[in-house]
Amino acid sequence: MCVFRRLKIRTMNAVTPQLVARDGRKLARENVESPFAISGLTVSYGGRPAVLSVDFVTPPGAMVAIIGPNGAGKSTLIKAALGIVPRLSGEVTAFGLPREKAMARIAYVPQRASVDWDFPATVIDVVMMGYYRRLGLFRFAGTRLRRSALACLERVGMAAFADRQIGQLSGGQQQRVFIARALAQEADLYIMDEPFAGVDAVTERAIIAVLKDLKAAGKTIICVHHDLGTVTEYFDHVLLINVRRVAAGPVDEVFTIDNLQETYGGRLLTAENAGGVAPASPQAL
Amino acid sequence: MLDAFVAALFLQAGYNTALVTAGAAVLGASAGAIGAFMLLRKRSLVSDAISHATLPGLALAFIVMALATGDGRFMPGLLAGAALSAGLGLVAVEWITRRTRLTEDVAIGAVLSVFFGLGIVLLTVIQAMDTGRQAGISGFLLGSTAGMLRSEAEVIAVAATLTGLAIFVLRRPLTLVCFDQEYAATQGVNVRATDLATMALVLAVTVIGLKVAGLVLIVALTILPPVAARFWTNRVERMVLIAAAIGAVAAYLGAVVSSLGPGLPTGALIVLVSFAIFLFSLVFSPLRGLLAGQMTTLALRKRVHERQGLLALARDEPIYDPLTLKVLRRAGYIRADGAATLEGRSAALAATREEALWGLYRKLFPDQALNADYHGLTPINEALPPDVVRDLEQRCNLRAA
Repeated sequence: MCVFRRLKIRTMNAVTPQLVARDGRKLARENVESPFAISGLTVSYGGRPAVLSVDFVTPPGAMVAIIGPNGAGKSTLIKAALGIVPRLSGEVTAFGLPREKAMARIAYVPQRASVDWDFPATVIDVVMMGYYRRLGLFRFAGTRLRRSALACLERVGMAAFADRQIGQLSGGQQQRVFIARALAQEADLYIMDEPFAGVDAVTERAIIAVLKDLKAAGKTIICVHHDLGTVTEYFDHVLLINVRRVAAGPVDEVFTIDNLQETYGGRLLTAENAGGVAPASPQAL
Repeated sequence: MLDAFVAALFLQAGYNTALVTAGAAVLGASAGAIGAFMLLRKRSLVSDAISHATLPGLALAFIVMALATGDGRFMPGLLAGAALSAGLGLVAVEWITRRTRLTEDVAIGAVLSVFFGLGIVLLTVIQAMDTGRQAGISGFLLGSTAGMLRSEAEVIAVAATLTGLAIFVLRRPLTLVCFDQEYAATQGVNVRATDLATMALVLAVTVIGLKVAGLVLIVALTILPPVAARFWTNRVERMVLIAAAIGAVAAYLGAVVSSLGPGLPTGALIVLVSFAIFLFSLVFSPLRGLLAGQMTTLALRKRVHERQGLLALARDEPIYDPLTLKVLRRAGYIRADGAATLEGRSAALAATREEALWGLYRKLFPDQALNADYHGLTPINEALPPDVVRDLEQRCNLRAA
């Protein structure tokens, strides 16, 4: 209770003047280099703010983790930034353009649980969905596209499953298929919602290997992430949010016990969480 | 009677009947195809609201035309009225769902009953009118192809073909929106426009098909064929094609039988044929049918007994279960006296290896192993990606060494 009250007072004081002073276009002009810049983003669900005036400028080629407690608005933030859910205010630019003009360069990987896996589709059908922009309404999906879809599946170790019905896959396999579909889009920015949630350790290694490859190829990756123990190992930048932005920047500067405590409140130092964070972030101690 | 049926079935009962049945078939195909997308979007019942909402428009158009010209049966006028009030009903459902906290099923129930009730009241008004020519409108309730005009059949066939073409062109955005509308939005699909297009197509099919299937039962043409089709395939495009084929067959047969006599309601016949196809699919589909499910259970029982028997062989344990003995003997793994054969020995070894790998997998990934598909009886090479299997094998060898 005490934690909640403190948080509430602080957000109310901090936010209102910022909202008035914000100039999104200026920020967009200033961040032509950034693959994804968010300014003053606010989203409300049923009259309550789910995300409140969040700013974040993604450096090119970064691997960013968005972390925060349950209900902190992590998924809402990326969905609003991608135009999937409506926003109350704020601007989003990608590669120096208004976000909606750069969508062809962005691949979104939704949460695995957000779709009905009994849908009548095979693994390759789902990957082929990544070619929608290229195919449009009238072009024919030929064998060449099918071959490149298979190559995408190969990169996540799922080529042998191309003709399997998606309902027959395990959680980790489903996640690999979603990653393959994102690869098919050949985007420059990958925005993923909890790609490691509920997957086995081998799949997690396979996915992180693919992400590191993408990063090596100069791509930018933003993941909503829930496992504090792997942040320093996987990512180079973090955005800590709890409805509002708590801190953002390079992992070794921002992923500190102080910031985490501010993000998660007193709850962070329960026995299970403290064990997970402390060894993974020695610089914080 | 039989002769007439056979003649109509093979389009030999005169040009008019042939045209009507062919038109009905095209309509059934379009209805099945768009119905498949409605089913995948989980909005099948919207088409029920649409079809019932046509009645007040139909009746009003009839009254207006009867008062103006003395004859209310001019079909394009009736269909325009039907489309208008169905569109109004659709907007009402959309508005209630989006602007209030009520859910779509409530909105559908409310709109459907209110519009239908209003239509019935208007029908009573028509019956009280002294034009005495309300016969034209009763056919719209349950469908009637007997005595359908040639021009009417032509309108139905052409409009249904155009609708089918539109569905073909829109198949990709429709599929994307049905699978994951949020992802579809990031791929540049206008989700709202796609949904509106779907609704417009359902509305078109409904209005075009009013005379053939009748407004009370046309919903069966958009629901039963897709549900039956889902049993036969695991891919969207095939499901849409199969649904179209089933819809065409059902509508065709319904129209043929109905053309035999003026008293036979086409809509009811179409529903019965669709239902027969649905029932057949439900029982006999090799993919998802009841029979196949039963067979899978039996096959699983056999595999369980075989695995248990082989593991017992590997450990040189005695086997008592009669079914296990029978399964092993049939596979040639043991002789009649219960001693293991050479094949039995090697199969037992393979089973032990599988069991060890699966055991390790269960230990390492308890969450994944809970998934029903990974009960350890599926050969591990088929169930898991090759890199995972290699990883397991390495760990297993390390342990052994």
